[in-house]
Amino acid sequence: ISYIILKLYYRSHLELREITNIFYISLTAPDAQASKFGSLWPLPQKVQISEVSFKLTSSSFKIVDAKESSAGPSCSLLQDAYRRYYEYMFGSTKKLGLSKSRRTGPSELTELQVWITSPDSECDDYPSVTSDESYELSVDLPFAVLKAPKVWGALHGLETFSQLLYEDEYGAKSVNATTISDFPRFAHRGILLDSSRHFLPIKVILANLETMAMNKFNVFHWHIVDDQSFPYLSRTFPQLSQQGAYHPYTHVYTPADVKMVIEFARLRGIRVIPEFDTPGHTQSWGKGQKDLLTPCYSGSKPSGTFGPINPILNTTYDFMNQFFKEISTVFPDAYVHLGGDEVDFTCWRSNPDIQLQQTGIILHPKVCFSFIVKLLDIVTTTNKGYMIWQEVFDNGVKLKPDTLIHVWKGNQEQYQNEMANVTSSGYQTLLSTPWYLNRISYGQDWHGYYKADPQDFKGTEEQKKLVIGGEACLWGEYVDATNLTPRLWPRASAVAERLWSAKDVTDINDAFNRLSMHRCRMVERGIPAEPLFSSYCPREYKGI
Amino acid sequence: MNIMFAVSSGRYTRANFILPLLIIIQLGLHTVEGVWPLPQAFTSSTERYPLNPQAFYFGYGKQSAAQQGCSVLDTAFKRYFSLIFPDYSSANGVLRFSVDKPFLVEVSVDQDDCESYPQEDSSEKYNLSVCEGKASLKAETVWGAVRGLETFSQMVYQDDFGSYFVNKTEIEDFPRFQFRGILLDTSRHYLPVQAILKTLDAMAYSKFNVFHWHIVDDPSFPYQSSTFPDLSSKGAFHPMTHIYTQSDVRRVISYARLQGIRVLPEFDSPGHTKSWGKGQSDLLTPCYRGSTPSGTFGPVNPVLPSTYQFMEKLFKEVSSVFPDSYIHLGGDEVNFSCWKSNPDVRAFMQKMGFGADFTKLEAFYIENIVNITSALNKTSIVWQDVFDYHEKIPEDTVLHIWKGLPEVYQTELSRITKAGKRVLLAAPWYINHISYGQDWRNYYTVQPQNFSGTEEQKKLVIGGEVCMWGEYVDATNLNPRLWPRASAAAERLWSDEKQTSSVDSAFPRLQDFRCKLVRRGIQAEPLYVGHCKHEYQGV
Repeated sequence: ISYIILKLYYRSHLELREITNIFYISLTAPDAQASKFGSLWPLPQKVQISEVSFKLTSSSFKIVDAKESSAGPSCSLLQDAYRRYYEYMFGSTKKLGLSKSRRTGPSELTELQVWITSPDSECDDYPSVTSDESYELSVDLPFAVLKAPKVWGALHGLETFSQLLYEDEYGAKSVNATTISDFPRFAHRGILLDSSRHFLPIKVILANLETMAMNKFNVFHWHIVDDQSFPYLSRTFPQLSQQGAYHPYTHVYTPADVKMVIEFARLRGIRVIPEFDTPGHTQSWGKGQKDLLTPCYSGSKPSGTFGPINPILNTTYDFMNQFFKEISTVFPDAYVHLGGDEVDFTCWRSNPDIQLQQTGIILHPKVCFSFIVKLLDIVTTTNKGYMIWQEVFDNGVKLKPDTLIHVWKGNQEQYQNEMANVTSSGYQTLLSTPWYLNRISYGQDWHGYYKADPQDFKGTEEQKKLVIGGEACLWGEYVDATNLTPRLWPRASAVAERLWSAKDVTDINDAFNRLSMHRCRMVERGIPAEPLFSSYCPREYKGI
Repeated sequence: MNIMFAVSSGRYTRANFILPLLIIIQLGLHTVEGVWPLPQAFTSSTERYPLNPQAFYFGYGKQSAAQQGCSVLDTAFKRYFSLIFPDYSSANGVLRFSVDKPFLVEVSVDQDDCESYPQEDSSEKYNLSVCEGKASLKAETVWGAVRGLETFSQMVYQDDFGSYFVNKTEIEDFPRFQFRGILLDTSRHYLPVQAILKTLDAMAYSKFNVFHWHIVDDPSFPYQSSTFPDLSSKGAFHPMTHIYTQSDVRRVISYARLQGIRVLPEFDSPGHTKSWGKGQSDLLTPCYRGSTPSGTFGPVNPVLPSTYQFMEKLFKEVSSVFPDSYIHLGGDEVNFSCWKSNPDVRAFMQKMGFGADFTKLEAFYIENIVNITSALNKTSIVWQDVFDYHEKIPEDTVLHIWKGLPEVYQTELSRITKAGKRVLLAAPWYINHISYGQDWRNYYTVQPQNFSGTEEQKKLVIGGEVCMWGEYVDATNLNPRLWPRASAAAERLWSDEKQTSSVDSAFPRLQDFRCKLVRRGIQAEPLYVGHCKHEYQGV
């Protein structure tokens, strides 16, 4: 077997074209050009593909634990994944009743062995920002081997293996002898969903976690509450959703729902980071928690409207203390997102009690400042790290060194300056500005998402290392269960490759060809991912 | 003319009522204002009648020309029963002791057109009178009766306990324009038949009455022709899975008919025909580089007699497959560079005395095609390009405006109607163009008859069409992209313009209507923040 090494840093693949075209052609729409990398998405760091191909059949192929693996049959996370990927690979082929009597041919691949190499597989843990997600995949006879230090890498490797499969012209599944060594470029690769502007049924959230796994995303940033509604059912303060949700029973997330989301995500190597945004974006909190919001004044009288959280009452901090204590136990991730964005000061300014406190000081942000500082202290006592939107940093609030600053504002020049400022102050940061996927336009806007690079700013190598990744945001003003999935996918997939693959994977034509096939794979797996351009999928979306 | 309401014991009590009234700013509009598109004239009251699904009946009036056995109305009764009572299943409530009096929806029509197809001049007018125990629905045709049933279904609401009610109401309704269409493009992406049928359902909910089926184009030829099977076996994305068989087409047509929707097929030529060339050799013009063929092909070859023989056979088939008396011939965006490169075409130009004016050649071609379809008793619709290049076009042909901003299409409306041609407006409703925010407002505020011209000219505007071109659309995203944005155009095309001039008054009504669509299983996307009582349960 002769391997041909395809290094991604290597731009000229001319000598490989003839060979690779032969075995990828069958997966590709006739009009599209086949990529040398087939339908791999996001592209692994190192790929070696040979022209030798093996057949796989649903009757004989198995995914099993390697003997040496530190994760055995008791690791339900992996067992669950084996079944999931088996179904993705063979789900559309009919089981042949007689196939047991069939002998396996000489070029048939019958086994993928999954070998967790580290003594602690982390099978029963939650993924974290420091989780090792690397894996090595070797597809060859007599069996394919997937090696990973931890289960997280194994999950990604299973996805990659499933992406290597293709159908020959007779519909038989084949895979080429392949060696892959892979790891993510960034540790934090997230999707933000907003369940406040529109309630998102659990089913939609789970389907998108499933799709995130297909794209090697590893953080679900759950913007769970906001001005419009408070669907999180708090055990400590049940009136928050009772009064603040769109509907107290049909439009809430119960503790069982939240638990289900977290476990479903864990089984796919995805962290769940909840965001409880304060002191602004909290109109819905006020409905169920008296005196939490600041009464706005018109002249000398309360106007009947309310502003951000009231920063001058002790009861506010008692509430926050209890509330975040609950949050820290419900959500296992080491981080919680505290928001802190877009605080409107006009109401605070109008309120005489607040002005009283700030006699002689005109800086209303100071109020914000002191609120945030106290809140950060509260959250610190729960042993959580925190993420906050960039304004908190911009306003000069003193932050713990491990705080993650989330950049979301401005044009390209502005966000690049912000990334430079944040990192030169020594903070870790992640980028969302170029990836506001709720903003739609006509045409192939994924090009723009694909081209943005979070490390593209003026700064030292040390500064660049402080960029832990990015998040695609799908804010909910115009999005609910009816249109969320096709609006998110495959546009978010463009972000996924930017955050996973090597920095120099930038060939937009090659990306188009792989992404077209990747989107058809998502469609085949039941996800209504929208088309990139005029084309077809061998199996169109059927869930109408 | 303002309406006040107060909430008392779960009902809206109206203090005052004057016609035409419009606005209730409250989700869950319970009266005729909640009907989308807004009926032409109505009075309604706060008096409401409970409806019990087990004591609810449809029936034919004694004087009705159509009686039991009328396919259109019998199936409509069945369809609307489930739409009126969305959470009713025969299993629940069987033992319920019913105190409600029976309620009868009695339908009377003047013509027995139950087995016919809706046509351009079919009346869709209806009168609906809802009083205690009975709703009388009177219409000239079954198509009008179907529109009236839709209206009635939208007037029924549930209180917090799930009981159904309808308010006392009188309605006189008819469409402003006779042609209210939706274009779907099944060439750039193949749309499974199921997706088309679902769209037809949703069209009926917004009272659209024409499905313009842009069935073939450059990228693929999914129509399986019985005369020329190679067209789809070679020109479709896939010859088995990405085609519309004759029975698929019949299914779409008969499904549409039952909803009072015409199916207008478009076989666009001479441009937009790349996929045709794969299964029909010599149909397309060979392009030349210098003196040799370059191996690429351009528009349909207008100089060969075989072209017209082929077209005659194809359109003969299409005319018999599609019962509508109209056919869309396309004629847009013809690229002349390939024609120019071809020496045979140039020689033909010489012979015909066209000089170097290729628009003359295009006009020659279109004239031939229109003659073919005229001979088949079809009225032609063509895109505006045909008029722009060639003002002398056959009598009766309808021009379809698709280009430009308001000033541009308004000028075109003036010009075409001045020439005495009937016209159809699509330019402001290219709904495949998406942008961030509430773009439905733009679709809503279009004024199709606002252009300089006489009253006679205005009457030549026969309607409008919402176009969903398929570059970026397939079954994964069609529904949320189409609805409720297309519904904004639906009200413009059906309702009185003066009564529906305020986009802000329309907003809560359209929000309410989109929740009705979601409840009926249509994946209609939200207009803005908020919620529906019953959210969409799919993915």
